[in-house]
Amino acid sequence: MAEKRDLIEMFRKMALLKMNDEKLRSTIKSGRLSMPYYSSRGQEVIPAAVSVCLRKEDYICTIYRGIHDSLAKGAPLKQVWAELAGRIDGTCKGKGGPMHITHPASGVMITTGIVGSTMPIANGLAWASQLSGDGRVTIAYFGDGASNIGAFHEALNLASLWKLPVVFVCSNNGYAEHTKYSSGTAIDRISKRAESYSMPGVTVDGNDPLLMHAAAREAIERAREGGGPTLIEAITFRFYGHVFGDDDSYMSPGERAAHMEKDPYPIYRNWLLANNHATENELAAIETGIAAELEEALQFALASPYPDAAEIYRDVFQHEVEAA
Amino acid sequence: MSSEKLNMLEAINLALHDAMEADPKVLLLGEDVADEEGGGVIGVTKGLANKFGAQRVRSTPIAEQAIMGAAIGASMVGYKPVPEIMLMNFTTVAMDMIVNHAAKLRFMSGGQTNVPITIRTMTGAGMGNGGQHSDFLEAWFAHTAGLKVVIPSTPADAYGLLLSCIEDPDPCIFVETLPMYWTKGDAPERGRRIPLGQANVVRAGKDVTVITYGRQVHDAMAVARKLESEGVSVEVLDLRTVAPLDTAAILRSVSKTRSAIVLHEATKKFGPGAEISSIIHEALFSELKAPVKRIGSKFSPVPFSKHLEEAFLPGKAELEAAIRELASK
Ligand SMILES: Cc1ncc(C[n+]2csc(CCOP(=O)(O)OP(=O)(O)O)c2C)c(N)n1
Repeated sequence: MAEKRDLIEMFRKMALLKMNDEKLRSTIKSGRLSMPYYSSRGQEVIPAAVSVCLRKEDYICTIYRGIHDSLAKGAPLKQVWAELAGRIDGTCKGKGGPMHITHPASGVMITTGIVGSTMPIANGLAWASQLSGDGRVTIAYFGDGASNIGAFHEALNLASLWKLPVVFVCSNNGYAEHTKYSSGTAIDRISKRAESYSMPGVTVDGNDPLLMHAAAREAIERAREGGGPTLIEAITFRFYGHVFGDDDSYMSPGERAAHMEKDPYPIYRNWLLANNHATENELAAIETGIAAELEEALQFALASPYPDAAEIYRDVFQHEVEAA
Repeated sequence: MSSEKLNMLEAINLALHDAMEADPKVLLLGEDVADEEGGGVIGVTKGLANKFGAQRVRSTPIAEQAIMGAAIGASMVGYKPVPEIMLMNFTTVAMDMIVNHAAKLRFMSGGQTNVPITIRTMTGAGMGNGGQHSDFLEAWFAHTAGLKVVIPSTPADAYGLLLSCIEDPDPCIFVETLPMYWTKGDAPERGRRIPLGQANVVRAGKDVTVITYGRQVHDAMAVARKLESEGVSVEVLDLRTVAPLDTAAILRSVSKTRSAIVLHEATKKFGPGAEISSIIHEALFSELKAPVKRIGSKFSPVPFSKHLEEAFLPGKAELEAAIRELASK
């Protein structure tokens, strides 16, 4: 089982991700910020558990629904919020936005809006680590729908052939946009696809911090020791639909409510208390601290200026070539 | 420069060799590129795996997205991969990686990451390869902010431009013209780089400017030589790179001759010629003796049948007629 330090750190990350999502949704609702927002509320366990098994210098590649992955890896809250707000102090000077958060200093190498594209690029990062022997591991996060894209299959095959230090983490939240898992995926378990590429594949309850942690730790250690890639399918659910504002007419009645009743956050919180891993005061202090950080991040974002128009031609190339 | 002659294939191989020797971060990957698989289908990468090792020259599965993704990822953390896409038509299979990722990661990250890859690819009609193996698609890439597009016309240029691409901090697409691989030219001066974005006046003239690149440079030169004897003086401008486009060189030449033809193998419709022609008209409209002419391939998939394939390509006769017409204005 995870050590106490990891148990508390997982809680801290889960609290950050959950409260960040709540803060973002309320901020968007209030009209103070506007953005396409893909909530990951309900899926906190996965990046929290994966991240506590990673080192600071390890890499992640994630997707539009990946703000929880980036924050769990250590992307700085204030700059992330400024990025969401499209401001110059954002991680990407406001030029990336919610679907394209990058922060290499914390190992967040790419956030992509193209379904299925994290895996091929994660391979390249892992290939670099293999060549230089730097001992880093790369995580490719993606959804269940993404496992039906050709890039997934190409990338798993290459990673296995080259024995790359990469872990493919699929958050199976049951839906790809509005399409139910079974209507879009011709196999009952995505993890079974690992066998076609001669790599270990596991399906794990992605809402159970202890199981998720164990699966992540095993895969990350294997990758780090030269044992090659693993495919982890983490079963979870997204509470707020595909994109902010979507209704759940495509779900069966009561489906969302049933999942929300099994919200992993309070369950884990109670488990920590019941097993004497933490006191109520300790957990409440973590939550209070995060609430303050979030408010600070929002204020920082709102106070930061917008980038000036010259930024359009900056960072297209290292040297500006043509401002046509 | 030595008097030795090299063909394009040898010059490109030499550039890859010299780049790999100079910088251990340069990597090659692609289908069949290692010596165990023959050193490339045409043999462009022959000998490099044997010399630099299987770690740096890696044959890949037939998986263009995986090839491009691996190149992009490694490039983001300090390597300089040179992925080979066997034929330019197959870049379509990796278009997401090229257009959405390689081209944009620097911008979308606000300059935190960059993608110093050189995509080598080959194409060209005339070999009877038909519709899916012969297209010039440079307009697609030149139309995408963040990519550089290089199409050399001689072995020495190919050598010098490829070295520049590999050293460039941003993604480049280096297009090799298949039917030109075995054409000999002057050997390059070892280590000499040719800067990207600088056109080359391969022939000075007074009456008409022909703006072109790649294989068509040679067609333009042949026609120019022929017309010289009739007193028509043609300037031939080899762009060398389609992106960045050397607008200054184009305008300099056309201000002098006051008439221009853009010639390329890509189909004429929506081709690079449209952009170049428009640039000239916007800047020099009142000075032009006549509207800029565009000559490109017919708007059709590349046909197989020999005589159709010949008719598809922009011909020297067409160019000659266009030059005569402009020269008479
Ligand atoms: C290549 C591509 N096709 C389609 C889309 C539109 N799209 C965005 S998210 C999405 C669903 C993806 O589902 P999944 O991979 O399960 O991830 P989730 O959103 O559930 O986290 C689709 C179809 C896209 N962004 N990229």
